Amino acid sequence: MADNVTPRIRVPREASAGETITIKTLISHPMESGQRKDGDGNVIPRSIINRFTCDFNGQNVIDVTMEPAISTNPFLEFQAVVPEAGTFVFTWYDDDGDIYTEEKEIAVS
Amino acid sequence: MSFTRRDTLRLAMGTAVAAAVPFKVFADVDADVAAFTEGAEIGEGGITLVAPEIAENGNTVPIEVDAPGAVAILVLATGNPTPAVGTFNFGPLAGAQMASTRIRLAGTQDVLAIAKMADGTFVQARQEVKVTIGGCGG
Repeated sequence: MADNVTPRIRVPREASAGETITIKTLISHPMESGQRKDGDGNVIPRSIINRFTCDFNGQNVIDVTMEPAISTNPFLEFQAVVPEAGTFVFTWYDDDGDIYTEEKEIAVS
Repeated sequence: MSFTRRDTLRLAMGTAVAAAVPFKVFADVDADVAAFTEGAEIGEGGITLVAPEIAENGNTVPIEVDAPGAVAILVLATGNPTPAVGTFNFGPLAGAQMASTRIRLAGTQDVLAIAKMADGTFVQARQEVKVTIGGCGG
């Protein structure tokens, strides 16, 4: 497992029904590309987050396939429709099989 | 200066390698595009790709893709050792078919975005990014 993997997410606290909101996510992760070499010339093995998904009340918002060309600490910004109050579930899938999950609730006013 | 047989061979080999490398890169890009579009024709317009003209640091280049009505957007860095950058698949609750992220670029090159529209057609946008310091390490 990569060390100190911390997801950070910005979701508005509340929205009106049917409103489109902007979500920003960032997860600290080295995203080792598998292209770099260490001091002795050995290739450092690839270790990245290869997939990210965001769901709201069981419905998919976005599903991103990530390759080694995504920067360290992958940042993503996207938009979602909020039809009702509920919970956003964010999931990151690591190459080594780890899955990081984070939830954010949103109220509808 | 006269060329010996050995010199000539060396020169020829160097040229062959130089010619083969870019060809291989383009082949990878074509393969990725073909895998995404399954050979369909790619049009223009209807997709916006925002990337800086000059990126000082190739390790984090901010990009944004926006294609209203798309179901998926593929992003390729045509000059990277592995051109694929990522694929954004939009679900039913996506507010707009846009996303922004930060990518690595090995050097000055074109960034290519291809969107698959809901009706099965494809459109693309291309933008050149000049990179001062490449971002693939080594």
